[in-house]
Amino acid sequence: MKHTTSGLGASRYSSYRRRNILWAAAGTALLLGITTGISGTAASAAAKPKPITIGISVSLSGDFSGDGLATEQGYKVWAAVQNSHGGILGRRVVLKFLSDASSPTQVVTNYQKFITSDKVDFVLGPYSTKLTKPASLIANRYRYVMLEGIGGGPSVFSRGLKNVFDVSASATYQLVTFAQWLVKTQKPQPVAYATMDDPFIQPMVDFARSYLKAHGFTDALYKVYPAETSDFSPIASSIEATNAKIVILGTMPPDGYAMIQNFVQAKYNPEMLIEASGPDQGSEFVKAVGATNTQGIMVPNTWIAASKNYQNAEMVKTYIKMYGGTADAISADVPEAFSAGQVLAQAVSHLKTVSNPKLQAYLHSGASFQSAQGPVKFIADGENGGATPYVFQWQKGKYVPVLPLNGADKVTKILVNRPDWGTTPGA
Amino acid sequence: MLIAQAVLEGILVGGFYALMAAGLTLVFGVMDIVNFAIGALIVLGAYLSYAINIHLHLDPFVSLFITTPLMTVLGVAIYWFLIKPIKTDRVVMSLLTMFAVATLIEGVLDLTFNSGFVQIHASYINNSMKIGGLNFPLVYVLSFLLSAFLLGLLYLVTYRTKFGRSLRASMQNPVAARLVGINTDKVSAITLGIGIGLAAIGGMIFGTTNAFNASSSYDLISRLLVIVILGGFGSVGGALVSAIFMLVIEDVVAVVWTPVWGSTVFYTILIVVLLVRPQGLFGKKGVRAQ
Repeated sequence: MKHTTSGLGASRYSSYRRRNILWAAAGTALLLGITTGISGTAASAAAKPKPITIGISVSLSGDFSGDGLATEQGYKVWAAVQNSHGGILGRRVVLKFLSDASSPTQVVTNYQKFITSDKVDFVLGPYSTKLTKPASLIANRYRYVMLEGIGGGPSVFSRGLKNVFDVSASATYQLVTFAQWLVKTQKPQPVAYATMDDPFIQPMVDFARSYLKAHGFTDALYKVYPAETSDFSPIASSIEATNAKIVILGTMPPDGYAMIQNFVQAKYNPEMLIEASGPDQGSEFVKAVGATNTQGIMVPNTWIAASKNYQNAEMVKTYIKMYGGTADAISADVPEAFSAGQVLAQAVSHLKTVSNPKLQAYLHSGASFQSAQGPVKFIADGENGGATPYVFQWQKGKYVPVLPLNGADKVTKILVNRPDWGTTPGA
Repeated sequence: MLIAQAVLEGILVGGFYALMAAGLTLVFGVMDIVNFAIGALIVLGAYLSYAINIHLHLDPFVSLFITTPLMTVLGVAIYWFLIKPIKTDRVVMSLLTMFAVATLIEGVLDLTFNSGFVQIHASYINNSMKIGGLNFPLVYVLSFLLSAFLLGLLYLVTYRTKFGRSLRASMQNPVAARLVGINTDKVSAITLGIGIGLAAIGGMIFGTTNAFNASSSYDLISRLLVIVILGGFGSVGGALVSAIFMLVIEDVVAVVWTPVWGSTVFYTILIVVLLVRPQGLFGKKGVRAQ
């Protein structure tokens, strides 16, 4: 059809032309907008460095859920503190969490995803020896370092892996401070032991037991129970029947709480009672056993809330700001997780690279680090050779450090003869 | 004396495990479904009693007047809206449905209460009586008495009431029961309601004797299933006998030998019993006539 510019055809043509112009204008505007957006984004990207991503599996359900929550909090507090200091290498720290439901199978899946799918820069360890073992195998397969603070069972370090590093005191030595004090101050006598068959908890009790046996402290009782035990009355009854004055329990919450409840019901009151874990859970422990029953109960710990260790005060302040509560109520898992992050930050800052192989070599080089729990220096198998296990005790409703003596931190005098149940002063 | 104490504790603790298992076995007997959510429902009952104890300052046993009717209604609702509509592959689909209910309950509880351990407290929780050299923890004695009373009541309902006749007829042959005019849907709904109401009571007792969180259901479900299998599906008396038997065996082995082998000895006995009596100690052969 021939174009005309007269009559109806003319007006249709001009309308057609006007529409074309409008479309062209819109298209140009759109193109300009896209181009501006892209260059703007590129400019922003150039201004903001890529964050450092760290993958962590935490137990938010299952047997370890109580400690898993505290572990997650510890890592989050570390990220907040680290980012307030400019992150690592000027890059913001971003944590990616997945819940493992306390399952060794799920923890493997989680770290597999972090490394192969999410392609995180680093990974940090989960809660417990039971989960650290399979997790560290996955990290090792992909040549990732696994720094952790809560998986110190001997079996983690006896597999010949070179990529796993524990910033906390090894499980084997956690009760040794208490055992050494017993040998120095008490006459050899029978001791009652009961422990969960956990790869972290049982070595704690077994090492203390062998140390004490070598110094004349005999066994009044030694019982091992499976992790899935829910009725602790026969175990508690067995301990009560020995009438032992010293009781060492390899328990985790809620086992430890149940044992104490059984002792209270039976009116069995050992002069010295130490639990591997449970009394370090702060307000949860006090609520579980009752405020009037805490007097004199001890627990090993790798951290003191009032310590002047590196960034410890900042960690406590940030924790309280984020989660409330008091310093005494902070779970021991928090500084353990926090310390793992601290060592990672120091090592990466020194190396100025996010290379995991270089990180591994540096951690094995004998370099020293500082943490909220004290000095960190890894020995050949990845354990922390610079850690000092403390012992804490509940006295008059307060959770105070009592051992070691002659240490760098101020400690309170240890209470030796516990009073009757229900008579905690100040409760 | 240690063995006598272990037997005593096995009986006392076995009592309330029997109560929790009774609901499970009844539900299977009437509806042929395994209430896989029983562990989560017990923990839900524990949390409800805990919340009432904390916020309303009511005694845990008194809280049952609130939690038991609530959870009974929940049980009826679960049947009516989730189980009744299932028309095909009922056994498998209902198992999956109850698993989903369990997962949902656990997730909601975790979000509401977080994963820290809690325990229900009362002034008498740590009290005990000493009789003849044996220690009787008061809370276990009260729980056992309550469990025995409720199991007796359940027996009366099952064998002395019209509803009980309908329930037994539905267990024996649901098709025939429908043919004679029994509303098996109504019977099933009430049975599930009773089962979950009993879970509320079991939960309160569990919560006073154990620190718990949302994940505490896993250990419970495995033990309760074993109790029901040994006692015989559908047999409340069987659940009582097998619960006490299981706990006594475990406790005696724990004190005489080691706790590590307590469960193993029990499971060995379970296998031997099932080889001789596959229907369990008190289960009936051919309970389903169709």
